This record gives sequence, structure tokens and C-alpha cells, in this order.
Amino acid sequence: MAVVGRTLLVLAMITAVYGAIASIYGARSGRREFVDSARRAMYALAAMAVIAFVILDVAFITSDFSYNVVASGSSTTTPTLYRAAAIWATQQGSLLLWVMLLSCWSSLALFLTRRRVREVVPYAQAVLFGMAFFFAGLTTLFANPFDTTSTPPSEGAGLDPLLRHTTMMVHPPMLYSGYTLMLVPFAFGVGALISGRLNAEWIQVTRRFALAAWLCLGVGILLGARWSYTELGWGGYWAWDPVENAALMPWLAVTAFIHSVMIQEKRGMLKVWNVSLILTSGTLAIIGTFLVRSGILSSIHAFVSDPTLNISFVALICVMVIGSLYLVILRHQSLRSDAQLDSLFSREAVFLFQNLVLIALAAVVFWVTFFPLISEAITGTQVSVGPPAFRPFVVPLALIVVLLSGIGPIIAWRRVTLAKLRRSFAVPVTVAVAVLIALRFVSGVGQHLAAYLMFGFGAFVLTSVVQEFFRGVRARRAMTSASVPRALVGLIARNRRRYGGYIVHAGVAVALIGVAASTSFQHQRTATLKPGQSVRTDGYTFKYVRATASATAEKISFGAVLAVTKGGRPVTTLRTSYGLYPSLDPMHPIGRFFNSGSTESQVGLHSGALRDLWVVISPNIAPLNNEIDKGDVVLGRAIIAAQRLPAAQQAGQLNTIYALRDIAIREIAQHFVNHPWSSQFLIEVSPLVMWLWIGAIVAALGGLVALWPVPPRARVRLRVAAPSAAPADALTMGPAPEERERELV
Amino acid sequence: MGRRMDPSRKRAIRLTVALTAALLLASALIYTSFAAGRDELTASQLLKRGRAGATYILAGTVLDNSVRREGQFLYFRVRDPKLHVSVPVRYTGEIPDPFAQGRPVLVDVQKGGPTGWIGQTNSLTTKCPSKYQAASGSY
Repeated sequence: MAVVGRTLLVLAMITAVYGAIASIYGARSGRREFVDSARRAMYALAAMAVIAFVILDVAFITSDFSYNVVASGSSTTTPTLYRAAAIWATQQGSLLLWVMLLSCWSSLALFLTRRRVREVVPYAQAVLFGMAFFFAGLTTLFANPFDTTSTPPSEGAGLDPLLRHTTMMVHPPMLYSGYTLMLVPFAFGVGALISGRLNAEWIQVTRRFALAAWLCLGVGILLGARWSYTELGWGGYWAWDPVENAALMPWLAVTAFIHSVMIQEKRGMLKVWNVSLILTSGTLAIIGTFLVRSGILSSIHAFVSDPTLNISFVALICVMVIGSLYLVILRHQSLRSDAQLDSLFSREAVFLFQNLVLIALAAVVFWVTFFPLISEAITGTQVSVGPPAFRPFVVPLALIVVLLSGIGPIIAWRRVTLAKLRRSFAVPVTVAVAVLIALRFVSGVGQHLAAYLMFGFGAFVLTSVVQEFFRGVRARRAMTSASVPRALVGLIARNRRRYGGYIVHAGVAVALIGVAASTSFQHQRTATLKPGQSVRTDGYTFKYVRATASATAEKISFGAVLAVTKGGRPVTTLRTSYGLYPSLDPMHPIGRFFNSGSTESQVGLHSGALRDLWVVISPNIAPLNNEIDKGDVVLGRAIIAAQRLPAAQQAGQLNTIYALRDIAIREIAQHFVNHPWSSQFLIEVSPLVMWLWIGAIVAALGGLVALWPVPPRARVRLRVAAPSAAPADALTMGPAPEERERELV
Repeated sequence: MGRRMDPSRKRAIRLTVALTAALLLASALIYTSFAAGRDELTASQLLKRGRAGATYILAGTVLDNSVRREGQFLYFRVRDPKLHVSVPVRYTGEIPDPFAQGRPVLVDVQKGGPTGWIGQTNSLTTKCPSKYQAASGSY
């Protein structure tokens, strides 16, 4: 099947070249049949990529070690689900996943636009084919997953233990989906610039893809944060690591885009800004992919540095940046706004300001992430920059974003009167002030100004969102006499984009309250304890009750059970363990677990609405060294002796030795349980962490609501009902319910 | 009633304010980056420049067969990736899961004793070998 896979990749490259040429020829000559043919070529390319991906994944699942990539990234002892996911843990497999996702999303976009924006589509199609050619080319020429060996090993290296986490199934595909989806609006933006069709139509047809990219990237970031939180050494849920930042930068840019397109749709403003934003988002998606693969920056996620890939990516990024700049400059006359900003106290002004802050955030993240390289170029020495370089900028900018996300939904378009301002802001401001005053009496909160303000701003956002829902439901009930739940569901269903957005705002506010609390008020402690001993942190007593151990062919695990009490009352029991995975060293049958294999910590976690209790063990296994060394010497000699025997006797003898080895390993593990020596624990008590996850899930659900398509019947009904333009006076206030419905179209 | 400001003048003022804010942000960012950044030294650079009492970020690869645990101490040598030079480190604290011989690490160190370096507690960072390993397993 490897031959089939290789052939499909070559065919995918050829198809991409054909598709790009046919698209451009069709556009230039006016022969629509070539454009249609190219679109079908994209469907074919997607089919090829899917089949190639399935062939490779079957090889992973069946542990076909004749594939080099399977031998280096999986093993028979790797659980089946992880074997299926191991495909994207390899450079080759992940590039194939990129090609597959890109071609699938491109096919979907081209299918949905087959009868729309006809001048733009051919060029967008050509750009998408160009991207597909680039990644299919990398996969075929430099990182071919279908390379095989005629002498396959009997066992593979296995998936790294750190990746054996349920999140591994979803986190990488979500991020890749986000990156690849981001290229759809990018391609249509380029198409609009080339064709000169720069009205809002290209935005309307690709807006959903930008939202989908935002959602996928956001969910990917969230899953990565959760994974990091439960993995020792990945710096908690956020470490400002270059690989994390790689996903954050395009997410921030596309967040800005999702907001600013509304201004172009409503007022015909910010055309240059919008097209620049989407070009920036697409370029940042490729820069993010490059960062993840290049190894050019020190990251706690390690990636091999491949000069060929690096040069290819740098070339692509240069083409994207220079091409984007050229096209924007070329079309700057056509990108003039249809209207001007009437007042700084208007929704469009708030959106614009919020856009600037989001882009400033992205710029800060970009600069500090790449600063080690910039510094090396200037001073000749690479420097380390960590969270201290980010915080002075990110924290105030995040505060402003949160505040504006509360103001945006309740301020009117164009301009606002004092009476309307009072009506919209009275309740949210009162609640926010009340929260801030109440928090002054909570010990210590006022000392952390940023967290204190975040709580107040969060309350403001939540109240403004609740107020909008309340007013919407009330208006809907007045029109339909429906019950409150029905009116609420009807309100959201008929205006998914608007109310989905509000849910996102509420979710983000809740999540950032969780971030502010857990970073500002976290208690962390390292303690060395013997069984029976205890340590106090933030009022909680952690008692090391007993040691635990287990030994299997896959790993040896040493752990501990800790009883947590507060004021003498039991709170929870935490179990943490430290797993040691063997290397492939045959001469150290026992030591291969301890000296050169991989390790993985299982965090003991108790999550609560108010705080998380988090503990991890670093077992002291030094007292076992003598037993390990002795076992290695005795069993190592026995293995050498067995290997000299005739083949017929060798297998039986080796099986006996391996059985003895397994007994010895179990004995050593048991020794740890009965030991009297101490182990080290890292203990954290972090408030409100759960609200970070809850807020993020709410935001993701809001994104789904906004993304969910309107039924065709409702769309037709609304098109008929809505006039071509809203009356000016309707725009000076918050939109009336019937006007809100128009936003659906 | 005050006279309405000329729209072009209004735009110019807004642009000036925005550009000034951007310039201030950029200047502060550049300053903070240089101020917050700390040099990463390789083993050979550390041996040349290291002084007692000062803290440095040591960057390099964990030398094969150099990892040893004794009680709460972790002993290992950090090798210069380009030169055959390494320095011994005695470390206490959290050991990231990805830590192993042959893997790139960063650790804050202070000179301790005539030849050794003492790793600052909980300062060890190890690159995760999570993805895209070279075929040889080297980095």
C-alpha cells in the first residue's frame, strides 16, 4: 500500500498544479468550464489526500513497521487509540494531515461558493491550490510518510509517553484545522484584491470560515492548555512558549477580523483594515506552522530543525508578505471607506479600538516570541525571555479588551446620546462598581490590581450580556407572547451570530477571571515527605499516606496517596504517580526503565468551583540503584549467554530470562512501596481554575452558535423581510428586535 | 454651541494620537525585551565567562551517561552542542518529565565549588521530544 500512498501524493501535486493553472486560465480567458474543472480537481485532491491518510493510519494501527515513520513513532505496546493518533506526532504524518485538512476545507469552501463571487473564486482557488501544492510537495519530496524499509524491526520506538493523553486525539487536528481554515478567507482576500471585487461579498461568503478557524484554533489552544496543566514540566496551562504563541497570534488576528468585518458590512468602512487583517491572519497561520516545525526558537516543545523545510517555509512566508503588501498597495484606491467614523462614542469606534488592542496584543506576542532571534542577530547572543517580558503589556491590553467586549454590545452604531448611554450602561456599571467595592473587603484581593480590575471588568461584561439577553427576550415575548425559555431559544436561533457572539464574550470574561485569580492567588510549595509526614499550604494539610507502585511491560510506576484535610476535616484523597518507560537497550534489562527511557508524571488533581488542589511526586529512586545494577549485571550476562546458544534453544532460554526479569522488576517496585525513604512533592493550590475551563467551553459553545447555519427557509424569509439598507435613525440606537433579525442574512 | 471641527483635522489628530500610542508601545516593548532578556550561555561560554555569585542560563544538551540521582540531588553534565565541552551541574527541584540524556535543556546555574555548577531550584526546562523527532533520535 505504500506504493499507492506515494503515487497518490505525486498525483496530488500534479492535480494542484493543474488546478492552479486551470483556475487562472479560466479567469483570464473567461472560460468558466476551466474554473469548474479546477474546482472538481480540488475535490479529487481532497479524495487523494484522505485515501493516503487512511492508508498511513491503517499502517499505524496495524503496527506495520515496514513504514519508517511507523517504526519511529509507534509500537505494539502503544494502545490502539494512541497508535491511531501517533500519525500526527510525526513530521511526515502531520504534514499529510495538513494536506488532507487543507484540501477538505478548500473543497467545502469552493463547493459553497460555486455560484457566488464568480470573479473572486478563480483566484482564490489558485491560491488554495498553491498552498496545497506547497504542502503536498513538502510531504512528497522532503518528508514522505510512505518511505519503507525491506528489513522492518520487530518492534517500534513507541509513541512518546508524554503524548499518551486523551487530548492527543483532538488537540493537533483542531489546531491544524484552525490553521488550514484560516487560509480559506486568506485565499478569498487575495482573490478579491486581484479581481478588484472589493465589496463585502467576499467577506460574507468566507466569514463563516474565519469563524470556524477562530473556533478550531481556540478549542485547540484550550485543549493544549488543559493538557499542559496536567503535565509536569509544560509550565502550567500557559507558559508563553513559542509553540503556544504560534497558535495565539493568528487567533488574535482573526478575532479582530471577526469584529471588524461587521463594520464593513454595516457601514462600508475599514476595507483596507479588513483585507489586511485576513492577509495577516493567513500569514500568521503559516508562521505558526513554521515555528512549530522549524525548531528556530527554544521551546519546551522540541522540534527537529530541518534546513530544507525551514528554507521552504521562509520562502512561502516571504511570498505571502510581499504579495499581500503589493496587492493592498495596488488596490488602495478601491479600498477607500464608503463612510467616516461619526463619533468616538459609537459601536464602530469601540470595535475599531478593540481591533487595535487585539492587534497590539498580537504584535507584542510576535515581538517577544521572536526576540531571541532578533537579539541574536543584533548582539550575537541568544537570550531567554519568558513571562516577565510578556506580562507588562499583555495584562493591561487584556484588561482593555475585556472592558471593550462589555461596551461593544451595548453601545449604539454611529453615535450615542447621553440618555441612551445611561440606559445601556447604568446596570452593568453599577454591578461592576458593586463587585469592586465588595472585593475591597476580601483580604488581599486589592493588592493585585490587575486581578482586581479583571474581576470588576468581568462583572461588567457578564451584566451587559445578561442585560442584552433580558431585553431581547422581553422584546420577543412582547411580539410572540412565548414563554421565557421559548423566547430565549427563539431569540438565539433567529440571530445566532449576534447572540452567539454575546455568549462568547461572557465565556471569555469568565475564563479571564479564572486566569486572573489562579495566577495572582496561587500557592505553590515543594516538600520532601516520608510516609506519615504532612505539609500545610494555603490552609490545606497534605499528608503523605502511603507509597504505591506497579510494574508492567509498558512501564514501571511509582506513586503516592495523599490525604488532604482542612481544619481537621477531610477534603479529598489525591493519587499521583511517576511512570518510567523502557528504552530499547537490551543489555540493561532493568536499568533501561530507569536510566535512559522516558518518564511521565500523573498529576493528582482535585478540581473544585473555588480552587484546585494539584500535586505531583518526584520519587526518590536512588536507594534502588544497587538492586537495579545487580539485576542488570546478572540478567545481562544471562542474555549474552543465551544469545550464544543455537537458535532452537535460544528462544526458550530468553523467555525464561525475561520471566525472571519481570519478577525482579516487580520485586524492585514492591521495595519502593515498603521503603522508609522520602520523596519530593510539588503542591499547588490555585483558586478558580475551573472557571477558566468553564468560561472557555462557554465561549466555544457561543462560537458554535454563531457558526451554526441558518435554515435556508429562514434565510429566504429574512431576505424578503429585510429592506436593502437600515434607516439611519435605526442605527443610532441599539438595534430593534426586527432589525437584529436582519443581521442573520 | 461650539463650532464643529474640520473632519480632516479630526482625522489628523486621531492618526497622530494612534501613531504616538503605537510608538510609545513599541519603544516600551523594545526596552522591556532587552531588560527582561537574559543571555543563554553554552558550556564553553560559561567556562570562559562564569564568575562566582552570578546566575547564568546554561543551555545545551544533557551528556549521555552523565545522569545520576543521589537523594534529592540530580547530577548531570550539560554539553555544548557544537563543541566537545561540558559542565557538571548539581540540581534540586522539579524535574520536567521530558528530562533525559541527549535532550536539550535550559537551567539557571551558579558557580559552586572549584569545578561544578549548582542548578537553581525548579529552574530546569527540558524540551519535549513530542514531535517530529529526527530519524536518528538526535536533536
